[in-house]
Amino acid sequence: MATRGFSGRPPPKEVAARLPPGQYRTDDFPVLSMGPTPDVDLSAWKFTLSNGLKPIASWTWSEFERLPRTRWRGDIHCVTKWSKFDTPWEGVGIDDLFMAAGVTSPSPYALALSYDGYDTNVPVADLAGGRAMIATRFEGAPLLAEHGGPARLLVPHLYFWKSAKWLKELRFTQKNEAGFWELRGYHMYGDPWREQRYTNDP
Amino acid sequence: MSAVPQTPLRWQQAAIERIVRQTPRVVSVFLRTALGPHAAGQHVDIRLTAPDGYEAQRSYSIASAPGALELELAIERLEEGEVSPYFHEIARPGDTFEVRGPIGGHFIWRAADGGPLLLLGGGSGVVPLMAMARHRAPVAPQTQTLLVYSARTWDEIIYRDELFALEAADENFRLVLTTTREPRRWSHDYDRRLDPTLLREILARWGSVPRHAYVCGSNAFVEAVSSALVADGVPAAIIRTERYGGSDPVEGS
Repeated sequence: MATRGFSGRPPPKEVAARLPPGQYRTDDFPVLSMGPTPDVDLSAWKFTLSNGLKPIASWTWSEFERLPRTRWRGDIHCVTKWSKFDTPWEGVGIDDLFMAAGVTSPSPYALALSYDGYDTNVPVADLAGGRAMIATRFEGAPLLAEHGGPARLLVPHLYFWKSAKWLKELRFTQKNEAGFWELRGYHMYGDPWREQRYTNDP
Repeated sequence: MSAVPQTPLRWQQAAIERIVRQTPRVVSVFLRTALGPHAAGQHVDIRLTAPDGYEAQRSYSIASAPGALELELAIERLEEGEVSPYFHEIARPGDTFEVRGPIGGHFIWRAADGGPLLLLGGGSGVVPLMAMARHRAPVAPQTQTLLVYSARTWDEIIYRDELFALEAADENFRLVLTTTREPRRWSHDYDRRLDPTLLREILARWGSVPRHAYVCGSNAFVEAVSSALVADGVPAAIIRTERYGGSDPVEGS
């Protein structure tokens, strides 16, 4: 039912076609985090790939910087309803990471864990196959701390809370384990095109 | 988590009961809805539909206390906004739109969480903190609470009279105001940004060690205040933040 007196500002067709339902376009890069921005020192930074509680491989910052690089440019969508178009990222593709570690996924599920205690679940199928990276650069410059630097997960086809900031570990899990927001009312998968914002959304 | 809804959050009709101007840039919109009970600090999604079927969604924090008869949203007018100008210029009692929620299981405070409770708000970031203060007053007045509220000017202090009344009625509720573009009105308030030095002074005067801290406002405000808290020895793990969009100017910070 229409809201009396509301006409809104519908975006042009070419913009609307790129906006998932309920989203609007912004040119800013809003920041949303559950707590303070952690100060992650590069000299102490370590990223670990693990299977459950068992580490498979880990990288210091300089080791990580020597892994093959991947670039991606495209649209990102935050569950708070903003979408940002044509964002340019650079980092290490998850396929390259798995190859460097010599693993094929031992499980279909993964949990991304952050330096601030945050975590979020993402199916491995959504990480592999060129669909995700660990991003260390944005718009050609090192990723700012408030946007998740030194390194964040980037899974652009899911709502952006899945792209964990301040990434510390990627862990294969036997079950699909809910992460921080998934335990607090948000969807287990989070596909923006199906508008899977909250628990029990279809 | 108890904040996880057990059934899908359905869109429901909401009818505007009344609209009350709070400040030159903020109105309170009081709604009649059939939404389930909310916790202080949660928000709702709203959806407005144009005659041609075009829809716009936004999220707004709930200002009313859990259990209040009407659901209150405090909506700041954003100059370039698509939705907020509608509430400021067009909406009137009886108008309807859709709402779903309540949403959010992190930036919430319940009486059982206890205190001491430290609330820090910049500009319209005070809104979810107001729900906490309003919730606390009748059900947990023993909870030591400090609300530090930064606004640009005296006239832009949302809920000013109500905050003074809360403070006057309750020795465990302390209020510190700072105005960033105008001199202070009271000697115990301030008129500068909430920088680390000022925050340290305010916390020292309060004398309590916070068990929970909630920081809400623009990203610049939240970044500055939360990092100052951490630098002052407040554990990061007890600090919850909520940052308002990016397209609005820095408010009250």
